[in-house]
Amino acid sequence: MTDAALTPPAPTPADLRVAVAARLKARRARETRFRWYGRLAILTALMFLAVLLGRIVTQGYTTFIDYRMSVPVYVDPARVDASDLAGAGYDLLVADAVLAKLGEKDDEFGSASGKVMELLSTDLGFKLLQKLRADPSLIGKTVTVTGPVRADAALYYKGEIKRSTPQESRKLDDRQIAWLDKLKAQGMVSSGFNTSFLTRSDSTEPEQAGVLGAVVGSAMMLLVTAILAVPIGVLAAVYLEEFSPKNRWTAMIEVNINNLAAVPSIVYGLLGLAVFINWLAVPRSSPLVGGLVLALMALPTVIIATRSALKAVPPSIREAALGVGASKTQTVFHHVLPLAMPGVMTGAILSLAHALGETAPLLMVGMVSFVPGVPAGLTEAATVLPVQVFIWENASERAFHERTAAAIMVLLAFMIVMNLAAIILRRRFERRW
Amino acid sequence: MISWAVLAALVLFSAVTYVLGRRKLTAQVAGQAAGQVAGARSHSRPGYHGAYVMLWVAAPAAAVLMLHGAFGPRIESAIVRAEAPPVVQALGDQERAVFHDDAWALAHGHAASETLYAPDVRAALDAEAAQARNLGIAVHLGAVALAVALSIGGFFLAYGRVRPEFRARERVEQWTTAVLVACSVAAVLTTVGIVASLAFESFRFFQAVPPLKFLFGTEWDPQIAMRADQFATSGAFGAVPLFAGTFLIMLIAMAVAAPIGLFSAIYLAEYASRPVRAVVKPLLEVLAGVPTVVYGFFAALTVGPLFRGFFNGLGAELIGGPLNGLGLYLAQVQNQMALVAGAVMGIMLIPFVSSLSDDIINAVPQSLRDGSLAMGATPSETIKKVVMPAALPGIMGALLLAVSRAVGETMIVTMAAGLQAKTTLNPLDTVTTVTVQIVTLLTGDQEFDSPKTLSAFGLGLTLFVITLILNVIALRIVQKYREQYD
Repeated sequence: MTDAALTPPAPTPADLRVAVAARLKARRARETRFRWYGRLAILTALMFLAVLLGRIVTQGYTTFIDYRMSVPVYVDPARVDASDLAGAGYDLLVADAVLAKLGEKDDEFGSASGKVMELLSTDLGFKLLQKLRADPSLIGKTVTVTGPVRADAALYYKGEIKRSTPQESRKLDDRQIAWLDKLKAQGMVSSGFNTSFLTRSDSTEPEQAGVLGAVVGSAMMLLVTAILAVPIGVLAAVYLEEFSPKNRWTAMIEVNINNLAAVPSIVYGLLGLAVFINWLAVPRSSPLVGGLVLALMALPTVIIATRSALKAVPPSIREAALGVGASKTQTVFHHVLPLAMPGVMTGAILSLAHALGETAPLLMVGMVSFVPGVPAGLTEAATVLPVQVFIWENASERAFHERTAAAIMVLLAFMIVMNLAAIILRRRFERRW
Repeated sequence: MISWAVLAALVLFSAVTYVLGRRKLTAQVAGQAAGQVAGARSHSRPGYHGAYVMLWVAAPAAAVLMLHGAFGPRIESAIVRAEAPPVVQALGDQERAVFHDDAWALAHGHAASETLYAPDVRAALDAEAAQARNLGIAVHLGAVALAVALSIGGFFLAYGRVRPEFRARERVEQWTTAVLVACSVAAVLTTVGIVASLAFESFRFFQAVPPLKFLFGTEWDPQIAMRADQFATSGAFGAVPLFAGTFLIMLIAMAVAAPIGLFSAIYLAEYASRPVRAVVKPLLEVLAGVPTVVYGFFAALTVGPLFRGFFNGLGAELIGGPLNGLGLYLAQVQNQMALVAGAVMGIMLIPFVSSLSDDIINAVPQSLRDGSLAMGATPSETIKKVVMPAALPGIMGALLLAVSRAVGETMIVTMAAGLQAKTTLNPLDTVTTVTVQIVTLLTGDQEFDSPKTLSAFGLGLTLFVITLILNVIALRIVQKYREQYD
């Protein structure tokens, strides 16, 4: 009975109730905290999404506003020779016209006209030349040309270059800024929607650079990818899902396809470089070689999507078709595949959308080159939207940064359209069994 | 290249033969029915007879044209090169390669390089261009002639077989199955192509640089003279700093993606109401659908300057205080720190981790949860003590897949990480990764045979093997786990 003193007294029901209540409180607090961790995680992820898209829109929307200048230029016959139109200095001619409008005189070194030329796009001089080529009788008359201002001047109008910045650390000096203000006050500068960004191709001058060449290049490349990856992928999936015997070989192919879907995209680029360019002599940086590489990359995802769509078709459909005497091939191609088609198309569009945004493998097959025009064919040098983004991001001029963001907006717009198409397809045609 | 006209003619001809095949069968059946007893029928429907004829007309010819499209240029250039005159054979390897490229360009109406040739070489160039052009035309005509012969021969072969008792459907279905098998083999061929091309080019690289020196060397400096007269160091190809940089950025990315992705998945799978799920899941999918080049842009122009500003500001505060040294260090941190690339890559991986884990958590049977809740556990206790342990292998698989993605990710690191090969674990330092180096080595004009360019394939092979191992393990875990509860 000596042990009795050592054992603690049995807890009374009241003590127990208190202890349980305290523990319950702690447990419930833990529960609330745990829920909040989850909520915070989701909020953080969504915040990242908002910041990412918000930053791109705020950096890029200014590209869609452009500042154009209309300059009446007197085409001095003393300076333009009708027999040698290309030999005249049109940029200087335009700059002098602007100087005259500003009421300033050029000095003997041409320093003022040089400063004006820094504000005007070379596009103005080029347009003047084109007008004279079309109609040489304009020499000796006054011709009005309209064209964009230089990127730095546009940045000033957009408020990106500020007057308050010390003169040494901005691209434009005080005099040029005063001129820009005066030109705007005189109504020579107008702003509007920048259509040239969508109708021109890459250029070394930011104000003349556009995305058209990249959009066409992307479309061509995606066409090659779609023509190759979708039929081959769908047929391969049909074989694996409906026809193949279940043996070691088909099991190996299955593991292989799942692994291919997770191979880093840059490895496909190395494959393209070694096989398509060095071995098969497909032209470098062409939409053809890009499309081939992306087709190989999209193939496993198309196969996986098609297989799951085929799996979703209930066996009763197959049994019914076989029951009325259709052959295996007829069952699959007349009944199972048509029913799986919405799912197949959704998967195909999604993997093409993914291919549209892919960059790394294309760098490997030489798509980083500067291509100033719209590609004329599948074997011509071309650039595509994501690579254009990469090229512009590397450019040192600040004006290219806003264009990079704007190109991203164009790229995302195309991806949104493709994804919406996939969602609509799924909603309209998908059947639940 | 095969002209579109030839292809169009082939398509047209096969369409015509389809109709012819159909007609012959229908006429024969009609003749039999008229001539003799009722019940004369053909084994296959007329369409199958037409298709059978068409397949024989189109398939062999199309195969010839495709082979010509793929290998024609290569055969032509091999022949032209073998027959080059002595003036050209006397040139150095480099000059000869340029010479042949120029001849090729001239022959196909492209702009040649601006190399200045000696007069005799120039004459040889024009001669070779003319020869290549003629040869190209000859090979092209040969291929077209072969295709025409094959399709006409195929037509007579198949058309003669069209009879009511001919089992055309079975033949067509054999063709179909053959096409299906060929398509599935394409997927296998891709793998074979990857392995073969990487292994072959890496083998050439490892002849110049021993594999052990590559895998365990600690200095990476792939500067090698492009031409013999250029001065450069001989180059060092130790890949350890690249692996270290890749590892560091991967760690940072996983430190961001794993907790956020996992907690999102838990909340979505266990707590979120239907409407919340319906909104949040598509939004996370948007995050997953953003191209990596966009993340790279975001990292380079937004996150980089932001982090740098923060650390530089912090450093300026610390200078002169007790942590003077740290302050001095922080004040000169660069945009291209590992932290920036890692953090943005982490954001990219969040939806990947969360959607995979979501699937896995949903696959845990409801009975386990019900049992735990019935014993009086709170939902969070159920998740922590019952659901998570059951889902753990699957989640490990998902995280391994994410690691594999992080290791192979290219654009974010190319745009936001640096080029300096350093072995460090300091997230504020500039590091470089395997993928960045592959891109740097292979973009721009490079001679294809130098160890510098070939080293990219060595890196690619290493990358492929590492990600393959990670994927095989991860996929096996995920699959095994799914089977357990299915």
